[in-house]
Amino acid sequence: MSFWNDPLRVAADWLQGIFVGWGMNETGAHVLVVFLGVLLLITLLMVLDIFLVWIERKVVARFQDRLGPNRLGPFGLIQPFADIIKLIIKEDTTPGDADKVVYNLAPILSMMSVLILWAVVPLAPVMLGTDLNVGVLFLIAAGAIGTLSIIMAGWASNNKFAMIGGFRQVAVMVSFEVPMLTMLLIPTIFAQSMNMNAIIDAQNVWYVWISPLGALIFLIAAIAELGRAPFDLAEGESELVSGFNIEYSGMKFGMFYAGELLHAFTFGGFWAILFFGGYRFFGLEQVSPFLAILILIIKAMLGYWVIMWVKYTMMRIRIDQMLSFNWKFLTPLSFALLLVTALMNALLASAPTWLYILGMFLANVVTGWIALEIARSATRQERERIEGPNKKVAEASH
Amino acid sequence: MTGAQIIFLMVAAFTLLSAVMVVTTRNLVHAALWLVSTLFGVAVVYALLNANFIAVVQVVVYIGAIAILFIFAVMLTRKDMRDSGPQINKNWWAGALVAMLTFAGLAFLLSGWSGFSKTAAELPAGFDSISLLGESLVSPEAYVLPFEVASVLLLAALVGAVYVAFNPSKK
Repeated sequence: MSFWNDPLRVAADWLQGIFVGWGMNETGAHVLVVFLGVLLLITLLMVLDIFLVWIERKVVARFQDRLGPNRLGPFGLIQPFADIIKLIIKEDTTPGDADKVVYNLAPILSMMSVLILWAVVPLAPVMLGTDLNVGVLFLIAAGAIGTLSIIMAGWASNNKFAMIGGFRQVAVMVSFEVPMLTMLLIPTIFAQSMNMNAIIDAQNVWYVWISPLGALIFLIAAIAELGRAPFDLAEGESELVSGFNIEYSGMKFGMFYAGELLHAFTFGGFWAILFFGGYRFFGLEQVSPFLAILILIIKAMLGYWVIMWVKYTMMRIRIDQMLSFNWKFLTPLSFALLLVTALMNALLASAPTWLYILGMFLANVVTGWIALEIARSATRQERERIEGPNKKVAEASH
Repeated sequence: MTGAQIIFLMVAAFTLLSAVMVVTTRNLVHAALWLVSTLFGVAVVYALLNANFIAVVQVVVYIGAIAILFIFAVMLTRKDMRDSGPQINKNWWAGALVAMLTFAGLAFLLSGWSGFSKTAAELPAGFDSISLLGESLVSPEAYVLPFEVASVLLLAALVGAVYVAFNPSKK
């Protein structure tokens, strides 16, 4: 076992040896090494987060036909550090009648709900925080803490706009959790496990080929969970000023902002893990864990890029449209897709691989097509119900 | 005392403290938030017992759904969320008595169980508790009937909620 093949284990053993050599007992040294590992992971994530600010600003600039930050350092790379210094030296205000403890706890919980997700992200076959057998459900559990942080921020700010923003965000998150949880069950059906590593191991064929519709619905639910456009009505500037984070200034606002960016990147990563084979890429992951991490980060960045692409292309939709889109279209569709997938999986269990993939792909396409046809006829009826009399009036005037 | 015991005592103390805060704090939203931390403490106890699935489901269902719903409902009901009435009524001693009797009864029952004073055996490697749980929930020899009855009950509650909220005269 060398550093090249299993760097984490080698480094941990080496450190533990040093600590034991200093006269620490075995268990204490182990706990300390694990603690240092977590600290290292979080530090690397936060450093990555700094550059995500730069990436986000550069990409949005390209989408809007601008240059983006380009003054400080090569390609404006030093700009995020200037932003951070600005955020830190800004005055840290707390509204007069705010609930101080809850107000200050909210940004911490928001950041924590994102960082805690990385406990189950398999960076490489041998590198993961914890090999949890319910990794998929853990995603939803961490999301619950994120929801809580937003409702805390909205309530504790003692501001009506923050309150309405918090309500909206929680409505979005609670309702889109249903299709997301349902879509998480699809890789679970294929891999017959909720373990992230087992799901990646089972992806000899990327699940996006077997369940393209599932991947799409997961992406939509993930964007809603992130509160990004077109589902960013919690911070609708034109009506709510800034939404749930309106009263936060300085680094406390920075925590929400950085948490959102890291959350988007993390969901890009989960999209890659669940539907695009995670760290697998033509056997390259077997060469070295370093390559596996590189592959996962590239795939996560591509997922993040798609999320940004959607964000800067789509308009914000209204809260009632968003809720009826979820409850009347996405949730029934995801339930139907889950039933079809489970049924096809049982029917095609003994079929050859090419037939299995083809059958699954076609089942997805047909399910999506039927859902779109139903939605189209329903909206046509709705439109006729609303516009019908007007049309007759218009025809009569001719 | 082993490390696991120390962690358990800390978590248990935290859970109990939060539970006491739920009923003593006068601010309703604070009470709901303390309830969240109580439920979280229970989830940690499940995790300490190697019941990962139950622990995660505890967080998803109780914190992610029920507690959030509580907070929502509390925020929608009253403008001033401070309760100024007395916090206990004259039947407090009866409640305390029932609680003590329940605790004593449970402790008595458990002390007669053979596994009461043993430490838990290590789970064998590759022990898949989720598959066992899933299979026993749908196996006719195990719990398929209670499981289905519970789901019918939930469905009935759903239909009832829709019936109460649905107003045909509005259409």
